[in-house]
Amino acid sequence: MRKTDRWIFAFVVLLIAIFPWVVLNISAISNYVEVMIFAGIFSLVCLGLSLLMGYAGQISLAQAAFFGIGAYSSGILTAHFGWNPWLAMPVGAALAAAVAWVVGVPALRLKGHYLAMATLGFGVIVHIVFNEEIDWTGGPSGMVDIPGLSIAGWRISSEIQWYYLIWGVVFLALLFCFHILHSRVGRALRAIHEEEVAAEAMGVPTARYKVQIFVFGAVLAAIAGSFYTHYVTFLSPSSFNLMWSIRFVLMVMVGGMQSLWGALLGTVLLTFVGNEWLQVFADFEVLVYGTILLVVALFLPQGLIAILRRDFGGSRNPISRVSDEG
Amino acid sequence: MDGFWLGTDLLQYTVSGLTIGAIYALVAIGYNIIYNVTEIINFAQGEFVMLGGLFAVFFMETLHFPVFAAFFASIIMVGIVGFAMERLVIRRARNASVLSLIIITIAVSIILKGTAMLGWGKDPYSLPAFTSGGPILIGGAAVQVQALWVLAVSVAIVVSLTLFFHRSLYGKAMLACADNPSAARMVGIRVRQMVLLSFVLSAAIGAAAGVAITPISLMEYDRGALLGLKGFGAAALGGLGNFYGGFVAGLLLGLAESFCAGYLSSGYKDAVALILLLLVLFFKPEGLFGSAEAAKLKRF
Repeated sequence: MRKTDRWIFAFVVLLIAIFPWVVLNISAISNYVEVMIFAGIFSLVCLGLSLLMGYAGQISLAQAAFFGIGAYSSGILTAHFGWNPWLAMPVGAALAAAVAWVVGVPALRLKGHYLAMATLGFGVIVHIVFNEEIDWTGGPSGMVDIPGLSIAGWRISSEIQWYYLIWGVVFLALLFCFHILHSRVGRALRAIHEEEVAAEAMGVPTARYKVQIFVFGAVLAAIAGSFYTHYVTFLSPSSFNLMWSIRFVLMVMVGGMQSLWGALLGTVLLTFVGNEWLQVFADFEVLVYGTILLVVALFLPQGLIAILRRDFGGSRNPISRVSDEG
Repeated sequence: MDGFWLGTDLLQYTVSGLTIGAIYALVAIGYNIIYNVTEIINFAQGEFVMLGGLFAVFFMETLHFPVFAAFFASIIMVGIVGFAMERLVIRRARNASVLSLIIITIAVSIILKGTAMLGWGKDPYSLPAFTSGGPILIGGAAVQVQALWVLAVSVAIVVSLTLFFHRSLYGKAMLACADNPSAARMVGIRVRQMVLLSFVLSAAIGAAAGVAITPISLMEYDRGALLGLKGFGAAALGGLGNFYGGFVAGLLLGLAESFCAGYLSSGYKDAVALILLLLVLFFKPEGLFGSAEAAKLKRF
């Protein structure tokens, strides 16, 4: 991790740590802790996607499917078979990894539009399975009776406990992502993003690295899904449909694709927009989402983090700053 | 007796498969027109179909237009939507990366879907068939009159597009743009105008498909994504950019789906087209009728 990233990391950890104490004392926004728990769960999904989109330059519209595979694996294993949630979680992650590998090996040979459509199609298939396998998933009416989480016999019950647990996991995942970025794999990924053919010519096994990152993102999403299951203790296929995959892509885009901090910022921001601020609009929500997506893609392809960089980093050219980082 | 029933079933599934397949074929043709001129995959293609159906409902039920007036009015309205999409959005994204273009067309599709939800609500709508009359019995299978209309509309579109591309100046200019945009510009073809035309044309074709299918399968605001995806499946199956390949593949896809719904499981019928799409993308990305060499030359 670079020095600036270390400082930002410390600052963000501090911010997240004191957040509940500030919010809980203001009754009007005391439910923000709950929103932040969801933001943390979604951050896990988006970190892997950020690596894939921003660094490997590939798009995945199947992230909600892996999120769902993790969620339903945990749900089914704990509710139907009485497994310990902590045992079900790695099983869900392994299943997601296996599926991601099977889909990823052929899919990531595809480029651009083809890849987008392939992941889109895969995501819709998984969603259909969640809807149709009523014996296992409860189908469209949902799945209940899912147990909560406990650590060493001590049940995680309050919002505050969940908050710190989830964000602890997010920071662990973040550290791991930074580690990946500054390793051999990270440099290879950036090379793939810049010019895939050149990278290949220099002996970078581009296909293998792309698949690895795809699988990594799927595993993170599945773990997020497990936590989601035990937090809300109710599952419905509509939480894992195409719209959610698009939302995850949007979260990464709004923050800034080529920065993990951007992914985090975008996720927190859009979770607040979706779960909290847009509730007043109800039916307009979809429209507002589409508009944000369009405006960002057209006018702010580097994301919000580029504006922050420009204002605080003193650089006039966000693109060159992003590309010479690391 | 068993054999007899199997025969009628088969015929029945074939007819319904061809009907829905004709719709996928039209969606696939819509993709191909835009793709050929711009190399963009328009993720909003399915929304054009949805809008076509719903606009026809508006013209017929609210304004009490006669059937064929509503048909053409709806096509014109959706054509305007396609025009607006190119003018307001795609033109601004001229230099965007593939990733951005994918996201931009997805954003447009979400906006169209959201607008349709506000305008028409969440309920499915129906339309009366183009011409009244009970189902026709052919070899024991009941064929709805509207199914014949769907087939007639798609055949008419394919024939007129063929004439357009090979006989008219605009059509030839569009083909030239598809071949080589810079060379087309050098000989004086206004490429931007052709891009605009491609969006209007493909929106109008989508709308025609939407109006034709609404009397059979109803139409609601969130139908677009799945129709678009299956249409893309047909386009990919036929080789992206390959006009007739897309048409044939659309019919095949419809048949596969109909047989699955009939003989295997109706819940998974939507998955059939998608699984075929994945298999084609994974094992033969240039499509059944496309050439691998041509696929390599494409930028995306």
